[in-house]
Amino acid sequence: MIWTLLDTQIVIIGALCAMSAALLGNFLVLRRMSMMGDAISHAVLPGLALAFLLTGSRASSVMLIGAGVVGVLTAALTQAVHRSGGVDQGASMGVVFTTLFAIGLVILERAARNVDLDPGCVLYGALEPSPLNTVTLLGWDVPRAMLTNGIVLLLNVGFVTLFYKELKISTFDPQLATTLGFDATWLHYLLMTMVAITTVVAFESVGSVLVIAMLIVPAATAVLLTDRLLGMLLISVAVAALSALLGHLGALHVPGWFGYPGVDTSTAGMMTVVAGGLLAVAVVAGPRHGLIRRALRQLDLTLRIAEEDLLGLLYRFEEAGRTATRPQMVAVLQQAGGLRPWIAHLALRRLARAALVDDASLTPAGRRRARDLVGAHRLWETYLDQHLELPSDHLHAPAERLEHITTPGMRRQLEDEVQQPTHDPHGRPIPRDETSE
Amino acid sequence: MNDPMQPEGLRLERVASGAEHPTSSPLSIHDMTVAYHRKPVLWDVDYDAPDGKLIAIIGPNGAGKSTLLKATLDLIPKASGIVTIYGQPYHQQRHLVGYVPQRESVDWDFPVNALDVVTMGRYGQIGWFRPVGRRHRAVALEALDRVGMADYAKRQISQLSGGQQQRVFLARALAQDARLYLMDEPFAGVDASTERAIVEVLRTLQRAGKTVLVVHHDLQTVAEYFDAVVLLNMRIVACGPTADVFTEENLRKTYGGRLTLLEEAANALARNRGSRE
Repeated sequence: MIWTLLDTQIVIIGALCAMSAALLGNFLVLRRMSMMGDAISHAVLPGLALAFLLTGSRASSVMLIGAGVVGVLTAALTQAVHRSGGVDQGASMGVVFTTLFAIGLVILERAARNVDLDPGCVLYGALEPSPLNTVTLLGWDVPRAMLTNGIVLLLNVGFVTLFYKELKISTFDPQLATTLGFDATWLHYLLMTMVAITTVVAFESVGSVLVIAMLIVPAATAVLLTDRLLGMLLISVAVAALSALLGHLGALHVPGWFGYPGVDTSTAGMMTVVAGGLLAVAVVAGPRHGLIRRALRQLDLTLRIAEEDLLGLLYRFEEAGRTATRPQMVAVLQQAGGLRPWIAHLALRRLARAALVDDASLTPAGRRRARDLVGAHRLWETYLDQHLELPSDHLHAPAERLEHITTPGMRRQLEDEVQQPTHDPHGRPIPRDETSE
Repeated sequence: MNDPMQPEGLRLERVASGAEHPTSSPLSIHDMTVAYHRKPVLWDVDYDAPDGKLIAIIGPNGAGKSTLLKATLDLIPKASGIVTIYGQPYHQQRHLVGYVPQRESVDWDFPVNALDVVTMGRYGQIGWFRPVGRRHRAVALEALDRVGMADYAKRQISQLSGGQQQRVFLARALAQDARLYLMDEPFAGVDASTERAIVEVLRTLQRAGKTVLVVHHDLQTVAEYFDAVVLLNMRIVACGPTADVFTEENLRKTYGGRLTLLEEAANALARNRGSRE
């Protein structure tokens, strides 16, 4: 498969559409209005149909005005149904956009049957042939779709730059925004108008399915990867552009992998698949909220608790004048805490590396640490006994959990509260921190 | 909606009787009625806030405390009523009013840090389209410091505890540098140290001559924290200096026994208007 100028142009047009949509999509996702993209992209149909009927023209400007009007209408009707009907925002959106879409279909079927305003084309778009339709700009032949989508992207970048602070505050806290003089309702309608315009322009090239995907998926991916709004905007746009590139490559090559060499598939469709794939990667591998990260954090916590339990166990063995072998310790932990042997082994290895344990006995440093832990445990038992009057066989389990989270400050407070006892309720000595005596 | 004609007559009447609102009052509410879905939740509220005081608004759930604040700030439509801030209509005086909404009213997973949120308090001063400058960020940082949260400036807001989030909200209000503050349950669900920090901020505001209205739930602390009280239950049951109106009898009137007659009337109104359509 040879990469041609046509391929480059397809990727650029796809990327322009995707980036325009993604940029605005951030604010839909953050406003918990992801479905608004879906709603508006369907609801614009009657706007397009009526604009055509009224003017008899398919000129872009006419279509855009029709789309803009319906975009605002969708947002306003959604609010109205939400308020007066007492239904939630999502349901209200569902009612409004399906109704408008249906009206659009009826108008198209009845009045504009002979015109090439094809619902199928609205859904899937026609990205691949779009570079062939060119206009002349400053002596250059430029694909019309590249020009229109480029203008929309510039428009959206300008909009978000100009209104960055206003969009941020009205998205985060619309009530405060309004009291500060930034009318949140007005900004909402402005955003919806921009979404409607973006949607309609992108329709022609990539169809409504891809627009809906690009409004939501890059932003949803970006929010998993960063904690800052500006970062989110930039990442979402990058994800959108990457989806266009990988989507087109995929459309060219993926059918070959499944035994259809020389066949290619829809770039718009593959772009959406790629975007979904990137989202999946972010869900799994995201830096803070990703599944891998969470699993690692969980493992780390489990290990830390296992290490502390091991130290406590060794200390208690020493207290009783006994020694333990490693297999014995692992067995005890498995029995008492339900700990898997491999975790116990790993914890032992980490303790040895930190020079807290030497083979199967405590080092001086390990003994100090263990004394703190066992001390905290017995102090907690005393505290629980004195303050909650739990039966003595109920004391161990909560103390076991609490000893792992006891900070030095907490411990001092604890000692004051239980009036510095020397023995716990079971009559075992409470080891004291030598430095505090 | 404001009807300029009807209250005018009333106002003349009040002027004649010498009861015109003092124009110096930080917040003057005249004849405010608010309805949700045509069911009135606030009836004929008349209130003049005393200048430079800490004022608690108390009342049972559903008494319309938050509604009173929101209607004052034009966040929800009023069925009737006029609000003036230091003698001028609210929409001319926005910059003088700071609002602290309930903590739950925003999404704390939003991708901003504590400093960003506090900086939002400056947006009114910055104005449309202009970017946030270094000077404003410095004011915001100072406000964070005043609530003891300077160390958390770069922390993403979802990683803050409930009490810390509340302090961030308070810092945002401080950054606004208003003269009148309306706070919706700032003490709700905060730890003891945050409660102390909030009280400290309230006192500082008072020393600076600000007036603060606080929707408050904890009757135990009303007398300790506040100079004046508004007892609210769909209407103002009593208002005035804490020592005078925070009495057992007024509390019973506010909390004990719903206002059955008013409530019935409200329900009947809603039914009537509903069936007429």
